[in-house]
Amino acid sequence: MAATTQKFEYAPAPESRSIVDIKPSYGLFVNGEFVDGHGKAFKTINPASEEVLAEIAEADDHDVDLAVKAARRAHRGWSRMPGSERAKYLYRIARIIAERSRELAVLESIDNGKPIKESRDIDVPIVSAHFFYYAGWADKLRYAGFGETSLGVAAQVIPWNFPLLMLAWKIAPALACGNTVVLKPAETTPLTALLFAEICQQADLPPGVVNIVTGAGGTGQALVGHEDVDKVAFTGSTEVGKAIARTVAGTDKRVTLELGGKAANIVFDDAPLDQAVEGIVNGIFFNQGHVCCAGSRLLVQESVAEDVLHRLKRRMATLRVGDPLDKNTDVGAINSAEQLLRIRELSDIGEAEGAERWSAPCELPSHGYWFPPTLFTDVTQAHRIAREEIFGPVLSVLTFRTPAEAVAKANNTPYGLSAGVWTDKGSLILKMANQLRAGVVWANTFNKFDPASPFGGYKESGYGREGGKHGLEAYLR
Amino acid sequence: MGSQVRIHPMLGGMVTTESEVETTSIRDLDVTGSDSSLRRFLHGLPGVDQVGAEQRAAALGTRSIKTSAKAYALDLAISMVDLTTLEGQDTEGKVRSLAAKAMHPDPSDPTCPSTAAVCVYPDMVATVKEALGSSGVKVAAVATAFPSGRAAMDIKIADTQDAVEAGADEIDMVIDRGAFLSGRYLEVFEEIVQIREACGDAHLKVILETGELQTYDNVRRASWLAMLAGGHFIKTSTGKVQPAATLPVTLVMLEAVRDFREATGTMIGVKPAGGIRTAKDAIKFLVTVNEVAGPDWLDPDWFRFGASTLLNDLLMQRMKMKTGRYSGPDYVTVD
Repeated sequence: MAATTQKFEYAPAPESRSIVDIKPSYGLFVNGEFVDGHGKAFKTINPASEEVLAEIAEADDHDVDLAVKAARRAHRGWSRMPGSERAKYLYRIARIIAERSRELAVLESIDNGKPIKESRDIDVPIVSAHFFYYAGWADKLRYAGFGETSLGVAAQVIPWNFPLLMLAWKIAPALACGNTVVLKPAETTPLTALLFAEICQQADLPPGVVNIVTGAGGTGQALVGHEDVDKVAFTGSTEVGKAIARTVAGTDKRVTLELGGKAANIVFDDAPLDQAVEGIVNGIFFNQGHVCCAGSRLLVQESVAEDVLHRLKRRMATLRVGDPLDKNTDVGAINSAEQLLRIRELSDIGEAEGAERWSAPCELPSHGYWFPPTLFTDVTQAHRIAREEIFGPVLSVLTFRTPAEAVAKANNTPYGLSAGVWTDKGSLILKMANQLRAGVVWANTFNKFDPASPFGGYKESGYGREGGKHGLEAYLR
Repeated sequence: MGSQVRIHPMLGGMVTTESEVETTSIRDLDVTGSDSSLRRFLHGLPGVDQVGAEQRAAALGTRSIKTSAKAYALDLAISMVDLTTLEGQDTEGKVRSLAAKAMHPDPSDPTCPSTAAVCVYPDMVATVKEALGSSGVKVAAVATAFPSGRAAMDIKIADTQDAVEAGADEIDMVIDRGAFLSGRYLEVFEEIVQIREACGDAHLKVILETGELQTYDNVRRASWLAMLAGGHFIKTSTGKVQPAATLPVTLVMLEAVRDFREATGTMIGVKPAGGIRTAKDAIKFLVTVNEVAGPDWLDPDWFRFGASTLLNDLLMQRMKMKTGRYSGPDYVTVD
């Protein structure tokens, strides 16, 4: 039979780039208009090819001040508007996002490096759902129990791993509660936030309700340190989070921080092993491991460790690493040269400290920033790769013997954002969930997000909750 | 008592390639020696999480198979079809025309592969055998009081022998779902063993009727049971019960044959049957075979589609690939 002599090689199936129109340069979005920035413009690149995508304005202190002033002016009208009217704008934004989802997904994948199947099937649909969800709360705030009064102007700084999704997590609840915002996207991934600014125009959102200032750390500092800001919301590294906490200490600014994590994904010997392997893969290789709640520490019961590891390696060998715009790509590009360097450094340290390194056999493209899906065995709690957040596709595998040991090891980290438990025993799930000091505990699944479900951390993973009814608390008094 | 299978007690895909495992001191256990040991073994297999399995199947269903990959997949799928008619109204004329279609699915294109087999009731086997001649297309017959399996054992054996004597190359038997669901695993096991004996040289496909087993845990257990008993293929459904061949059920069965080969070295085929009607669906199954069991199973010897209407959609898609145009249903033969 002729057919059986060939192999089933998937031909390239690229999503078309032509749906999205990337301008050569972008300004800041202040008071409903795009304006020039006065800092030093910077370039954003496609991490999969290192191609320059556009030149982005940098907001200096003065630009930030103008944006905060615009937000302050807009707050007067926006906060007094009946909730049902604010909801109309939010519903409109949610609908436009859904309508323009393909465009947003392609742009997100180009600027961030994440596979199109994730931006198309996860990021953008959840973004739209998030706006729909909080639109529903806008006229029902009195029933949430956190007050009905908005705080004022919110300064929001978001990371590069889920550029549009983190924007939604920040902007949707703030607006629903009657606040106005100045948001700074990450310097490596500003494009979807700027397209979102266009969507705000398209939705006729009153000028100044949403302002977007682009730039790097300096712009972020100017924003969170601005004296006329009432609320600071940050998602990003623990290091920057601590700096922000110091900046706002002694002021009456309210703060929520969503920071790093080193989540344990705990597999018991009675777990549904094939699905657990899927969950482990999804836990650490989803979005190239650029996920604060990634299941970066696999804790597997010794009696099944060998079996699980064997299944895991076999599964990892089928992961398709490459062009983020190819619909069959499972793992895309590392977001930046800087991040790639950090992943390499920590992985090398892992090896130097004696852990056994194994990478999935896959061919990496010659241009762009890439790191193969990798796991380390013979890892102990003392290894740096078991303690520090790598924020890349690198899994540390540890073992345990009893539930008590699993809990002790899982909690033995300065972080506490998420955890996963895999077992067929319902009572064990509940017991573990009670003992794990993590904001989110997933049972027989991992990395599941829903607008109605609150998200946030313990300890150095930050404070405050985003999503769900709890997410309103940060924007009301 | 049929043959007994000795197997590593903790297998479920145990690593046989890594040397440490082979030296572990856990003694082999005779898993089919008694009803209780068989039960312990089947219930000791790792469970299947329904949500997770369905999610994995759905994710595999989003693969985008285009151009050269699609052309390859369409031809492969055609070559894997067990072209089936299992109706009370079947006649010799009907099955003869089906046999002609199986040998030359696209009469206008000699490069089009023939299907793997024609699948009929035992009384039609001789007719089909004659029509197929030396074409290489196999004759498969359903047996053992298909589709319900509700008959005495001697009748099931006679049914099987009858089909084999008439020239069937493959026997598609049904398991006794009643016995399985009431936990009489050894009874089901021995029934399969006996039918396998009655098959002689014919290959045995064991139909689990997953639509009646309902849970994925049951599907996994029944798969292992059929493999331990010596079935050459495990098959989802009769096509008479809904739901028939779903992607998640087939995924669970593919995991089972993959694990069975790792544990025993023996390769077993998989046949989803019933409900797969479009080329698009068939390609999703091939992707699942490729990524779950592995490319070794991408062969008509190891994977089949039990289908009738599927073939024409595969042919229409194939013509579209060749000509760039969609032709209507009147451009493929209706048999």
